[in-house]
Amino acid sequence: MQVYMDNNATTMVDPEVLEAMIPYFKEQYGNPNSLHKFGTASHPAISKAIDQAYTAINAADEDDIIFTSCATESNNWVLQSVWIDKILNGDKNHIVTTEIEHPSVLSTCKFLEDQGVKVTYLPVNEQGVVEAHTVRSFITEKTALVSVMWANNETGMIFPIQEIGEICKEKEVLFHTDGVQAVGKIPVDMQAVNVDFMSMSAHKFHGPKGIGALYIKNSQELSPLLHGGEHMGGRRSGTLNVPFIVGMGKAMELATTDMEAKMAAIRAKRDRLEDALLEAIPETFTVGDRDNRTPNTILISIRGVEGEGMLWDLNNGQIGASTGSACASEDLEANTVMLAIGADNELAHTGIRLSLSRFTTDEEVDYVINHFKDAVSRLRAISSSYAKVQPTPGGEVQECELHH
Amino acid sequence: MAKNDILGDSLWDAYSDKVTTLMNNPQHQGEITEEEAASHGNKLIVADFGAESCGDAVRLYWEIDPKTDKIVNSKFKSFGCGTAIASSDVMTELCIGKTVQEAVKITNIDVELALRDTPDVPAVPPQKMHCSVMAYDVIKKAAGLYMGVDAESFEEEIIVCECARVSLGTLQEVIRLNDLTTIEQITDYTKAGGFCKSCIKPGGHEAREYYLVDILADTRKQMDEEKMAAAADAGASGDFEGMTLVQQIKAIDAVIDESVRQFLVMDGGDMEVIDIKNSDEYIDVYIRYLGACNGCASSSTGTLYAIESTLKEKLSSKIRVLPI
Repeated sequence: MQVYMDNNATTMVDPEVLEAMIPYFKEQYGNPNSLHKFGTASHPAISKAIDQAYTAINAADEDDIIFTSCATESNNWVLQSVWIDKILNGDKNHIVTTEIEHPSVLSTCKFLEDQGVKVTYLPVNEQGVVEAHTVRSFITEKTALVSVMWANNETGMIFPIQEIGEICKEKEVLFHTDGVQAVGKIPVDMQAVNVDFMSMSAHKFHGPKGIGALYIKNSQELSPLLHGGEHMGGRRSGTLNVPFIVGMGKAMELATTDMEAKMAAIRAKRDRLEDALLEAIPETFTVGDRDNRTPNTILISIRGVEGEGMLWDLNNGQIGASTGSACASEDLEANTVMLAIGADNELAHTGIRLSLSRFTTDEEVDYVINHFKDAVSRLRAISSSYAKVQPTPGGEVQECELHH
Repeated sequence: MAKNDILGDSLWDAYSDKVTTLMNNPQHQGEITEEEAASHGNKLIVADFGAESCGDAVRLYWEIDPKTDKIVNSKFKSFGCGTAIASSDVMTELCIGKTVQEAVKITNIDVELALRDTPDVPAVPPQKMHCSVMAYDVIKKAAGLYMGVDAESFEEEIIVCECARVSLGTLQEVIRLNDLTTIEQITDYTKAGGFCKSCIKPGGHEAREYYLVDILADTRKQMDEEKMAAAADAGASGDFEGMTLVQQIKAIDAVIDESVRQFLVMDGGDMEVIDIKNSDEYIDVYIRYLGACNGCASSSTGTLYAIESTLKEKLSSKIRVLPI
């Protein structure tokens, strides 16, 4: 058996999604901008995908959902265009975000800082969540944009988007949320929140890679990132990626229809897995209150077991998981999310993320429980953290002397 | 970036079979107790290096025969990734049978070489080279404990890049000899900075005492200062060709003030030095006549000859004087 438990990184394309896409590679390959019928033949399918997307997130007809190549593009678009519209060509100079955003937000913010923009990176509390009152306290008259993710990719923790939206409305500041880990996992109702822009990505909810979208409230102003044609009302140029748009629409529909039931099923498996690991393995803990987490995610810390070593053993057991603390990355800092929630430095290198999907089976959960326990036993047997013989006097290490 | 770098490495696929095998089944993982060592009449040394908060920690056990200083048994415990465990395992293997004095000569390079499947293919990708450095550090620490000396006393020189074991002295020398100006050149010449990259500049995987950017800047600065000092010495010793441009202008002005200007002024004229161009063959001194000299018939013949021969005599035979 092999088990994929890295669904926050990407997901399998639902076979129904793939099936819906195929005709638009083969039979109906026309350019939807063409006047002839080869082009217009794809219009009904695109319209359907648009309807599916609007329904999935309950967007109003006055809102825009613009298809992009990925959520990284959507995030870049909002940040760079708000910079152009409100800072370079306006009287604002400030952006508020959090210290645990996705790199496509953080790196873009760093880039904007190099261009002279002031950026505030808000801290998270011990639950890994940015509190609404923290956002309020950092908004100034010069703030152009608040960008806070809806749910975190590593912990699954859900942020108070409703409250932050109200604050932004009151303060008359634009509000962007990276909804990549929320859409398809938890109910997202754009008419119930005050969000100006929301980024989405199809491959996080069993759609294809290479397609995302940006929701824009009330079709409001936002300079294009990609110029070139009049596609999607001139908001995002580039020939429409018809099969992928069809696939994204279908994936959004499948993920959000009967969502409560689907999520309850995933949550039950996730909770069973989490309970079993916490019970069977001493000195482990999971990050964040379960009730305020996306129902598919576990970030578990195992004392004495280094994250990449654990991934290695899981991989040998045919299990795909992930860690934010791979000691392979160039910057070997501990997992930033774990540090941000105030975890001891010691534990910040021990986080393993398991993320399920609606395709995860009970057998797979059982298989992971068994292999996980075996891997921890093996690695703890090797681990210096569990060694019994103490160092010769003078041979101890008090604190990290290697890294800063 | 180029074609081969677009996808990026598959980290674990770059490990040697030996690394994989030892990670999956380390041979010397475990502990040695005080009682066990004592029952053989041996001394136990246990040393730690790194910490969990670093993401890497190793504990090394040595059972040493006090009569011969020989390490008769060695074990390790490790909190770390696959290469950290495999490196620790090979490290203990290399220690067994050596005296403590021999063991301190084991470097991270030896550990990495011992992990290779074939002699010329690295055992781990560049960013993982660093894992074997811990093995080297913990050996020094254990030896220091046994011999009652500081672990740093085994280090004869300052190592700037631990992954490639390149010393400060070597780096300074290579920069000088080859007139290096970039970090890439330093890496090409010495391999320093080619692995975990910590030593290139602050902000990498670990904090360092010395960084390549600073060493390069300091060495270049020193080289420039030395060049200036040499030029100044040349000026003092009258070596006109070794002087800096400013010194050459001053020297020419001094000669003109002393031996030429008075004759021009007597005829109601003057001159000024405009520029100097040094080539292998000539030192061209560009001048401009002022006052009555300007347009004087002899300014391009006799006067010019007089100026040139004075400068040649007093400063350098390579001088040519060119009026503009």
